[in-house]
Amino acid sequence: MAYVSVKGGEKAIENAHQWLAEERRGDPAVEEVAVAQIREQLSLAVDRVMAEGSCYDRDLAALAVKQAGGDLPEAIFLVRAYRTTLPRFGGSEPVDTERMNVRRRISAAFKDIPGGQVLGPTFDYTHRLLDFRLAADGAAPPEPAPLANEPQAWPMPTIGSVFAHEDLLEHDVRSGDDAPFDLTREPMSFPAGRDQRLQALARGDEGFLLSLAYSSQRGWGSTHPLCGEIRLGEVAVEFIPEELGFPIEIGEVTLTECQMLSGFAGSAQKAPQFTRGYGLAFGHSERKAMSMAIVDRALRRSEVGEDADAPVQDEEFVLYHSDNVEASGFVQHLKLPHYVDFQADLQLVRRLRREHFERLNPSKEAAE
Amino acid sequence: MQQTAWVEKRFVSDTGLEIAASEGRREWMAVLAKAEASEVSAAWERLEKPAYTLLRSPEPGLVLVRGRMGGLGDPFNLGEMTVTRSAVRLATGETGLSYVAGRNRKHAEIAAVLDAMLQSEAHHDQVRAEVIAPLEIAQAARRQLAARKAAATRVDFFTLVRDREPSK
Amino acid sequence: MTLGIDLSRIHPGFPDPVRDSQTVFRAIMDAVARPGLAVALNKAPEPPTPLARATGAIALTLLDFETPVWLDAGVLAGEAPAWLRFHCGCPLTSETQEAAFAFITRPEDGPPLSAFNAGDAKYPDRSTTVVIQVPHLEGGRSVRLKGPGIKGERTIAPQGLPGDFWEQVADNNSAFQFGVDVILASGDLLMGLPRSLHIQTEGA
Repeated sequence: MAYVSVKGGEKAIENAHQWLAEERRGDPAVEEVAVAQIREQLSLAVDRVMAEGSCYDRDLAALAVKQAGGDLPEAIFLVRAYRTTLPRFGGSEPVDTERMNVRRRISAAFKDIPGGQVLGPTFDYTHRLLDFRLAADGAAPPEPAPLANEPQAWPMPTIGSVFAHEDLLEHDVRSGDDAPFDLTREPMSFPAGRDQRLQALARGDEGFLLSLAYSSQRGWGSTHPLCGEIRLGEVAVEFIPEELGFPIEIGEVTLTECQMLSGFAGSAQKAPQFTRGYGLAFGHSERKAMSMAIVDRALRRSEVGEDADAPVQDEEFVLYHSDNVEASGFVQHLKLPHYVDFQADLQLVRRLRREHFERLNPSKEAAE
Repeated sequence: MQQTAWVEKRFVSDTGLEIAASEGRREWMAVLAKAEASEVSAAWERLEKPAYTLLRSPEPGLVLVRGRMGGLGDPFNLGEMTVTRSAVRLATGETGLSYVAGRNRKHAEIAAVLDAMLQSEAHHDQVRAEVIAPLEIAQAARRQLAARKAAATRVDFFTLVRDREPSK
Repeated sequence: MTLGIDLSRIHPGFPDPVRDSQTVFRAIMDAVARPGLAVALNKAPEPPTPLARATGAIALTLLDFETPVWLDAGVLAGEAPAWLRFHCGCPLTSETQEAAFAFITRPEDGPPLSAFNAGDAKYPDRSTTVVIQVPHLEGGRSVRLKGPGIKGERTIAPQGLPGDFWEQVADNNSAFQFGVDVILASGDLLMGLPRSLHIQTEGA
C-alpha cells in the first residue's frame, strides 16, 4: 500500500469543518440540544457509547453523542480518543453483581426464580407503535412510576447461586485474582483466554455481536440457549489505593448482566449439566449483554469439545472484527488518497488487456 | 478476595488518633464518593472550613473496572471509568484522601478535606452528623425508591386452572 | 495486598499535575532526542531527600502503577519511597530485571547497567530506563558522544560516575536495539544518554 502526501487541502478542510459544525447544529431556529438533555433523555445512546467506548462517564458520552451529531460509532471513537489523555490509577476490585441494586431482573428459564421476575424499565411489552404525544412540545413529564409498599429484597440471588447446591449449572472457576489480560496494553494473542475474549466482547460492536449471536441461534454454531437471567442495576466499584492498602468504594456504575444456559451432554469424566455464557456491559445494554453471552458461550467450544465450523466459534474471526473503532478505521481509510495504488493498478490492467487482445488476435500484432 | 484483611486492620490516623476500625473510614469515603457533587458542595458551604494544603491537586484519571467471568469466576477487564482523586493535609496535621467517580475536581477536593476532618477529634463529630449522616440518608432514600419501583414491576404469577380435555 | 502509606510527612507533587507533567515530559523528550545536552526544568516541585528536583520531576512524570521501580539504597533510606508510591502509585521492586525504571543516587555503589533489563526481541522498548543522579553535569571526565540527535559530536563531562561507567555505557549501547536508556539528573537539569549513542572516552 502506498500513499502520496498531497498538499493544498487545508482551506477546503477548514471550510468542510465549518459546514459540518453548521449541519450538526441544524436549523438555528430550533432550540439547541443540551448535553444534559442527551444524558437524561437519550440515555440508552449514552449507555452504548460508554459500553463500546469502554469508558464509564455519562457526561462525556453525552457530549460525544452531541459532537458526533448522533453517529454512535463516531461518538465511541471520540470517547476512546479522550480516554487516552487520562492517567490510569489502577484496576478495581472485581464488581460483585450479586450485590447489585437491581432495577430489573428476569429469568426466561426459571419462572419461580427467588426474588421474582422484576420487569423494571423495559421496552419488552410496548407495542412498538409511534407515540405522537411525544411529538407535542411542552408536555408535562410522565407520572412517576408506581411504588410498591415493600422494596425489592436485597441482595437478589443469582441463577447460579440458586442452583449451586445441585451441581446442575457449571460452576465459575476461581483460580486466583491475578491481573487479567488487558487488550488496551497487550496486543491480542491466540489462543485467547476467556478474560481476553470477554474484554474484547464487552467493548465490541453491538451490531456485530448481535448478528453473530443470531447466526449461532439459527444453526451456524449450534446453540439455542435459554436466557437464565438478565439483571440491570447499580453496582458499587471498589478500588484499593496504594496509599491506603484497603478497598474503598469510589462510586457506582449501572451494569447489565446476562447468563445464558446451554445443555451439555456430559463426557466420560463429567456428568451432564448446563454450561453458561456470560455477558456484562456498562449501562442499560440488554441486547448487547445477551449477544455477548451467546458469543462467549460459542467461543468456549473447545472447553466442551464442540466442533468449530461456524464463524461465531472462531475466536480469531470474532475478536479481530468486533471492535468498531478498528473496523471503521480500516474500512474508512479507503477514503484516503490511494492515487499511487490506482496508477499502478491502471498500468497493470492496461498491460493485461493488451496481452489479452494480442492472444486473441496474433495476426493483428504481426500486421502492426 | 481477602475481605477480612481490611476489617481486621485498624487505621491509625496521622496524628496518632486511632480510628476504631478502617471500616468507619471505608464507610464515610464511600458515602462521599457516591454523593452528588452538588450535595457535597452544599454541605461544605455550611461548614467552618479548616486551613489545608493540597498534597495532590485534584486529578482526573481512570480506574479499570473488572468483572468476574460468569459472575463469580476469575476477573476480566470490563472497561474504564473516570475517577478524580485528591489528597490534602490540614494545618493541624491530619491528611485526607479521595477517589471519586467522575471528573468533578471540586467534589474530589472537598471529599479529601472532609476525610481529613473526620480523622480529627476536633471535627469528627460535627462532620459525621452534619455531612455524612444526611448524605447517607439521602443515598439510602434513593436506593429505597428504586427498590420500591422495582418491586412494583414484579410479576405476580397466578395459574389458570384448566380442565383436562375429554379424551376421545 | 499493598500496605498503606504514612502520609504525615509526604511532600506535595506537581501543583497542576496535567500541565506540569506535560511540560516535564516535553523536557525529557528533548533531552533524549538531543543526547548530552543539559535540559533545564522549571516546573519541578521539591522532592524529599536525597532526590534532586529533576529526579523527582522525572519520577512524577513517567511513573505509574504499571511501572515497577527499582531504587538504590540511597533512595530507599529516606521518605522518597513513600512519596513515589503516593504520587505515582508505582510498585517498588528489588529485582533489577523487573524494573521499568531505576533510580540511582549513589552511582559509585550502584549495580552495573548490565544488571538491568535490556528488553527482548519482541519488545526492546520494555527495557529499564536508568535515572542516575549526579552532583554536577560538568567538571568530570570528558567523553565524546556521537549518534542520532547530535550534529557531529558533543563532549560532556558529568561528575560522580563510577570509573568504568562509560565502558558500561559503550557495552550497553553496542547491543542496540537492546539495552537500557540512561538519564542523568542533577539539580534542575537532566541529560539523556539513550542506547543509540556511540561513546568515545578522551584518550581512547
